[in-house]
Amino acid sequence: MTNQNGRFGVHGGQYIPETLMNAVIELEEAYNYYKDDTQFNQELTDLFNDYAGRPSRLYFARKMSEDLGGAKIYLKREDLNHTGSHKINNVLGQALLAQKMGKTRLIAETGAGQHGVATATAAALMGMECVVFMGEEDTVRQALNVYRMRLLGAEVVPVKTGTGTLKDAVSEAMREWTSRIADTHYCLGSVMGPHPFPTIVRDFQAVISREIKTQLMEKEGRLPDAVIACVGGGSNAMGSFYHFIEDEGVRLIGCEAAGRGIDTFETAATISTGRLGIFHGMKSYFCQDKYGQIAPVYSISAGLDYPGIGPEHAYLHDIGRAEYVPVTDEEAVEAFEYLSRTEGIIPAIESAHAIAYATKIAPVMEKEQIIVITISGRGDKDCAAIARYRGEDIHD
Amino acid sequence: MTRIGKAFENQKAFIAFITCGDPDLETTAACVRAAVAGGADLIELGIPFSDPTAEGPVIQGANLRALTGGVTTDQIFDLVRNLRQDVEVPMVFMTYANVVFSYGAERFLSTCQEIGMDGIILPDLPFEEKEEFLPLCHTYGLDLISLVAPTSENRIAMIAREAEGFLYIVSSLGVTGTRSEIKTDLASIVEVVRQNTDIPCAIGFGISTPEQAAKMAGIADGAIVGSAIVKLIEKYGKEAPAYVGEYVKSMKESIT
Repeated sequence: MTNQNGRFGVHGGQYIPETLMNAVIELEEAYNYYKDDTQFNQELTDLFNDYAGRPSRLYFARKMSEDLGGAKIYLKREDLNHTGSHKINNVLGQALLAQKMGKTRLIAETGAGQHGVATATAAALMGMECVVFMGEEDTVRQALNVYRMRLLGAEVVPVKTGTGTLKDAVSEAMREWTSRIADTHYCLGSVMGPHPFPTIVRDFQAVISREIKTQLMEKEGRLPDAVIACVGGGSNAMGSFYHFIEDEGVRLIGCEAAGRGIDTFETAATISTGRLGIFHGMKSYFCQDKYGQIAPVYSISAGLDYPGIGPEHAYLHDIGRAEYVPVTDEEAVEAFEYLSRTEGIIPAIESAHAIAYATKIAPVMEKEQIIVITISGRGDKDCAAIARYRGEDIHD
Repeated sequence: MTRIGKAFENQKAFIAFITCGDPDLETTAACVRAAVAGGADLIELGIPFSDPTAEGPVIQGANLRALTGGVTTDQIFDLVRNLRQDVEVPMVFMTYANVVFSYGAERFLSTCQEIGMDGIILPDLPFEEKEEFLPLCHTYGLDLISLVAPTSENRIAMIAREAEGFLYIVSSLGVTGTRSEIKTDLASIVEVVRQNTDIPCAIGFGISTPEQAAKMAGIADGAIVGSAIVKLIEKYGKEAPAYVGEYVKSMKESIT
């Protein structure tokens, strides 16, 4: 759905310093070459299957479906991937591409640490140097992932500027890229940033919806009625939606982090509270004040704690093809506990936002209807923080 | 020729960058006047942005101090109205695309004309995206300043051919900030620029000493200094104008 210069409707584009322009042009040319290259795709498929453990399972959540008493619920188990989240899909693709381009060093931003861990993993696998930028506040919230990255051989740089969260990590990774381009690929973790990143990341994550479609066809012989995923920048959601965009009977629902509520300042729900702007290389919706200063957003989930949304989501919102709904911290924490208790699956707090919304709509849907929820990651990393949220102090 | 051209008439230009509202707008006004008295030929006024991705720690700090102090775009427009009562050198805004876009590009750029600004520099608006604001810049008589970087290579000619006002040559990879050494082959970049345009070019990023300024002005038509001035303002606060004036004078003398 990308047109020239990476536009999705009015969204997207390449709003970056001149210093980076040749780097993104080089990346686009390399991607356009390799995306249709048989050998590249074979290597990537082998990595997906043999290393990351794809295809991920599409699991019928019988107890949850019965408990909610409405639609049948399937869980797309991206949490079962190697490194514990969907992030590995994009990272393996980009790392392989970077290697083909002759790059020897990967840099990345990370919020919850899932993308950082995935990037550090791919770098270890492919013998590349790796530096991960992580907001200082997030290094505290997600200390375990910081250790994992270091264990994998990556350098983790705590970012102290701004709010010390994901947006600042992105800014710092961009700054680092402008200072060292020749040997370095910026392995951007979501469907955001300047063209061609939103397209590249979407294409590598589209394996999620491709598999859902095939798997559900095998199990049910039909398309789902709704696909639900959480949205920060929006990569697992874009991957979950992509192959259903043309199937207009399938509702596509992105769940944004409302934090303490969309009527408070402590929220990260971009579609609900943001407006059109230009930031981090793209035109899209952003949480910002009347003078265009980017808002210091908040969510319990470090991975959704971002003031913008990928340009293709902004476009799907504009044309009404996808719905974007806010889910609060409290609702997400309840869903985190609910899925753990009901299905024996501890989801990432990010993914819990999608589960929360599913628990609202499933009961009012017909029993023969089908919802697919993408469980974008596993929740081990969140246990200490959720315990704290519930007033229980446990060690990480 | 717009007013910007006058900064380069018969001499090498010294261009001073100051972040508006750091530490407050009164100090900014006094620093601008001191820089002009010290010989600055063109003033870049930075409108602070919450997330200045092209800036190093020094100017990031200035942005943060200014925003924490509550400065707004409207207050900065008033600052310019005040400055234009007596400051005659060309002035351009340097800010980020969202500051212009979010204000409403037409409202922003028409105000720029009304208050006597001459142009605008947006480091996150590359050649490919300049149509976003270029038609409105022309409607309101403003030059949209283009940048070339050490990585621009085959893009230099394309950018130079359509450049207006002056061409901003980024001296080094990375973000803004002082550097002990500038290694880029700037003479080659300037040569390509000169083959493709008659407008003046000035070199910025990393320049802090009179020696560096003299060298850069020897290669191009002027030198741009930001972080070194912002550092003085950070250090001396409300007392900074005298130091800024003195510093600009020494830099201007080094390139004359």
